[in-house]
Amino acid sequence: MAMLLEVRDLTTRFHTLDGVVYAVNGISYTLEEGQTLGIVGESGCGKSVSVLSVMRLIPEPPGKIAAGQVIYRGQDLLKVDEAQMQQIRGKEIAMVFQDPMTSLNPVLTIGRQISEALMVHMGMSQEQAYQRTSELLDMVGIPQTADRYTNYPHQFSGGMRQRVMIAMALACMPSILIADEPTTALDVTIQAQIIDLVKTLRDRLGMAVIWITHDLGIIAGLAEKVIVMYAGFIVERGNVDDIYDDPRHPYTLALLKSLPRVDRSSKERLATIPGLPPDLLGLPPGCPFTTRCAYVVERCHQENPRLEPAGLGHEVACWVDVTTGRER
Amino acid sequence: MSDDQVLLKVQDLKKHFPITRGILIQRQVGAVRAVDGITFDIYRGETLGLVGESGCGKTTAGRTILQLYRPTAGRVIFDGTDLTVLKGNALRHMRQRIQMIFQDPYASLNPRITIARIIGEPLRVHKLASPQDQVERVQELLHLVRLNPRFINRYPHEFSGGQRQRIGIARAIASNPEFIVCDEPISALDVSIQAQVVNLLEDLQDQLGLTYLFIAHDLSMVRHICNRVAVMYLGLIVELAAKDELYDHPLHPYTQALLSAVPVPDPKAERKRRRIILEGDVPSPVNPPSGCRFHTRCSRAQERCAQEEPTWQDVGGGHFVACHVV
Repeated sequence: MAMLLEVRDLTTRFHTLDGVVYAVNGISYTLEEGQTLGIVGESGCGKSVSVLSVMRLIPEPPGKIAAGQVIYRGQDLLKVDEAQMQQIRGKEIAMVFQDPMTSLNPVLTIGRQISEALMVHMGMSQEQAYQRTSELLDMVGIPQTADRYTNYPHQFSGGMRQRVMIAMALACMPSILIADEPTTALDVTIQAQIIDLVKTLRDRLGMAVIWITHDLGIIAGLAEKVIVMYAGFIVERGNVDDIYDDPRHPYTLALLKSLPRVDRSSKERLATIPGLPPDLLGLPPGCPFTTRCAYVVERCHQENPRLEPAGLGHEVACWVDVTTGRER
Repeated sequence: MSDDQVLLKVQDLKKHFPITRGILIQRQVGAVRAVDGITFDIYRGETLGLVGESGCGKTTAGRTILQLYRPTAGRVIFDGTDLTVLKGNALRHMRQRIQMIFQDPYASLNPRITIARIIGEPLRVHKLASPQDQVERVQELLHLVRLNPRFINRYPHEFSGGQRQRIGIARAIASNPEFIVCDEPISALDVSIQAQVVNLLEDLQDQLGLTYLFIAHDLSMVRHICNRVAVMYLGLIVELAAKDELYDHPLHPYTQALLSAVPVPDPKAERKRRRIILEGDVPSPVNPPSGCRFHTRCSRAQERCAQEEPTWQDVGGGHFVACHVV
């Protein structure tokens, strides 16, 4: 399949009054056409900042994309000017945000907010945009579209608003849809509706999807490739089956063990990860997971490991081979 | 189980919030029927899970049981005493034995006072310790929830979310309660911190002989921590059973849909799972649907579901369900 997006050594920092926050520290990944990539990690691990950097939506200052390249169809998005970027944002790469309550403008009708993208990017007339908006609302499963066109966001429930956000993102038929925890604020039954919708639309429209979440369950049923992030680094990546069946990073391993399952009875205590996620104000010289890791060796304190192959299409950043417990 | 093993009996409990119109003369024009007649027992030493989607009334149920909201109707009998008729000192005295852990560890701790005062408050209110003994007791409590006792003079903002939740737990167990309502105690925490807090709650239950009502929407965690689980929909309990029975053989169509919607962190299992996708949203509790409240979203609804309210029936082995088609 053709390469759609290539992120190389992306580094994003925030210069705050307390010091420099090392949010994203040189991450690289690729996305092929029609592929679904899952990015998992806890709050503050840099997963959102990494995709906001790709979209160039980092507020500057305090934020700064300090290094790296984002190659989209042969063009480095970090080098294009803002006017060109606006042509790409929404049209080529669209994004759905976490909170459907705050990401819609409360004083504009739903119809107007969706048709805006169509008029700006596709040069449609108001009439054409209205037509298309009705189709889009239909596509995301919002009934009585004619009525709904003139409704305001407060007249929609949380799940419905997230559908509106998806309709908006799909308005210009982007080739990449970035979903930043789109179901975190929703109930599990509504979450199932939204995931089902995105899967259907992805298959129908052939979009590539980047889905960001802290929920390892969602990714298991949705993604082909998975990236696990910790403290602004990619600590493991691979095909979805490899990550879940054969996790090689102590963090991935511990995270999977700490999750109870709805489809299995459990009598044992939950495995825990001691300590707290790291403070990204200044990073330790070694591996950022050292303080919480069960496999730590001397070298972990001094040098941060780079991603190394651990199997076909499977890479891990760890000095220890967790299958043997010995240093590599 | 025999009656002496029942710690708490909830009988036909209702909590309606009035909707009023008018500025000077307020007329009641309707009611939000948040909890609309729930009945269940909680046994000594067990953890009963109460699950459901947001707005189903599970938090209101927990607060009404504790008399933080006065019920519209029904009885809450705790160890033989009806809490709904208690007032003033008698109720305050009972509160020593029933406590609560709140959902949001950021909103439930007063930012202006030290954690010594936060955790010591129940001791002061119930006169359980002299001022000298209080410090010692608070340190002991901090040790119990695995926080450093030296933190005693710090303020809430100096702690992380998981640590704050531990402070909330220390406060809840300070008065040596028998029963604790845990209202979504882990939903605001990071994945790697949730397991720590759940294990702590389990350890405290063993050490102190606590009984929990565990309100949550994370069905995987509920299966792990609870002995029995009750499923709520629009102010009513639709199904109640021992946890493995409920998760392995759910009978109510709503329970089935709810459980099928939970993703499993295992790609192979995910591919095999069949999702029951519910249409639409939860209807408003101001105007709940007639008959069975779930009939508007139920794939197996029949004519009678829209007319008759289903009865609460025992299908054997302590498995209760309210549905016409079961």
